[in-house]
Amino acid sequence: MRVTMKVNGQETTAEIEPRLLLVHYLRESAGLTGTHWGCDTSNCGACTVWLDGAPVKSCTTLAAMADGHEVRTVEGLADPVTGDLDPVQQGFMEEHGLQCGFCTPGMMMTARALLDRNPDPDEDTIREAISGNLCRCTGYENIVRAIRWAATHQTVDSQEVSA
Amino acid sequence: MQTPAPFEYERAASVEEAIALLTRHGPEARLIAGGHSLLPMMKLRLARPETLIDINGLADLDYIRVEGDQIAIGAMTRHATVLESAVLAEHYRIFAEAERVIADPIVRNRGTVGGSLCQADPSEDLSAVFAALRGQVVIRSVEGARTVDLGNFHRGPYETAVGDGEILVEVRVPIRTRTGSAYEKVERRAGDWSVAAAGAFVQFGDDGSIADVGIGITAVGAEHFTCAPAEDLLRGRPPTAEAIEEAAAICAASCHPSADQRGPVDYKRHLVGVLVARALNRSIARARGEAA
Ligand SMILES: Cc1cc2nc3c(=O)[nH]c(=O)nc-3n(C[C@H](O)[C@H](O)[C@H](O)COP(=O)(O)OP(=O)(O)OC[C@H]3O[C@@H](n4cnc5c(N)ncnc54)[C@H](O)[C@@H]3O)c2cc1C
Ligand code: FES
Ligand code: FES
Repeated sequence: MRVTMKVNGQETTAEIEPRLLLVHYLRESAGLTGTHWGCDTSNCGACTVWLDGAPVKSCTTLAAMADGHEVRTVEGLADPVTGDLDPVQQGFMEEHGLQCGFCTPGMMMTARALLDRNPDPDEDTIREAISGNLCRCTGYENIVRAIRWAATHQTVDSQEVSA
Repeated sequence: MQTPAPFEYERAASVEEAIALLTRHGPEARLIAGGHSLLPMMKLRLARPETLIDINGLADLDYIRVEGDQIAIGAMTRHATVLESAVLAEHYRIFAEAERVIADPIVRNRGTVGGSLCQADPSEDLSAVFAALRGQVVIRSVEGARTVDLGNFHRGPYETAVGDGEILVEVRVPIRTRTGSAYEKVERRAGDWSVAAAGAFVQFGDDGSIADVGIGITAVGAEHFTCAPAEDLLRGRPPTAEAIEEAAAICAASCHPSADQRGPVDYKRHLVGVLVARALNRSIARARGEAA
């Protein structure tokens, strides 16, 4: 079957088997390898992307289900015009929110969605929001700090991009 | 890499079309809602449908609204919507308390009420919630719509009253006055399935005794996710500590937990007693308007 979907605002299309998972469509058909693929069992959240504005686990979503819809991946976080990093990305740099980096794309997509809904979340709210994203390196402390950093450094620009 | 076996993919734009596609493709066709139970099963070859009929386009099944003396919840309502629903929060706190501990926020963006009930996993949380509230489901086919009580909906693990060519379109719960409700779950780690969980509602009569009560229990082999003898014991009685303890003990004794990596049988039974008592006590406090 042919599927067509907007990924980070760009139209993409491919002839696929219906059983193709969205994570593999993004990585192999669209060539966007920023989205990671870990447990394959909808537990780790490394594959988290946005589908029509809401974070979903792309290892448990068919590419066919995204046909005609809008997807946003970690490659779509930075400002497409200026290339400026999203405050969430900046926060992960400033606060050492990653070590191996495997969980990072999923973490950041979840964090961006949280901050769009709640620009000033407390630590408990952040921990609850990222409870579907597992990190095996950091112990989460610096991830929480990174998201707090982003919350205190939201720029008008970044909010326009994420809207 | 885990990938489902090949299948044909169809997309339904309306309930009528979903039913027509189910009828055309026969018993080897399956509806797919959030896909968060079905796709993992297909990856493991525990399910191998020949055709998937995608019902994510059925936005008209995504609602929570008051209809007369009932609350109607559409089958395609996502867990996240149930968690945040003001209508449900006003009438039944049990919903938000259960949803907060179902999977994780990202899974809750996809998983649906209809998919949860139709999956009929023996550890499913919403099955216990709807069993406690004595809800009804509305099932449609080419023949029209029929209504099934929650008590007759589950036919066994992973089996429900939904037959070939049928789609669950709505779940209904009666609105009750002077009522409190609560949910209690013990899980090994954030986002996991229950070791055991229990939910309840309690409704007071004019004389301050328990006019009606519902108990929901999951993950421990409770028949129809409830315990009718414990409910019968409480109905008409004043809400004393002894009555609650007695009812909780009946629930613990009559369920059928199995030993697994989540714990041995006696531990799970003990949990059932504790969680039922807590859910009842908090329901009672809430029905009285106290913080709980
Ligand atoms: C990591 C993880 C953790 C989880 N933890 C929990 C938990 O703690 N507690 C809990 O209760 N659940 C948990 N779940 C299950 C989750 O709630 C699922 O989303 C839900 O059980 C199924 O909903 P779905 O919409 O994804 O259904 P699907 O997977 O799309 O469908 C499930 C079944 O229902 C059928 N179906 C779907 N919709 C209809 C309909 N309208 N009419 C007829 N048949 C239909 C399908 O054909 C299929 O057989 C977890 C899931 C995951 C992935
Ligand atoms: S790869 Fe999707 S949740 Fe782990
Ligand atoms: S940084 Fe290694 S898993 Fe999170």
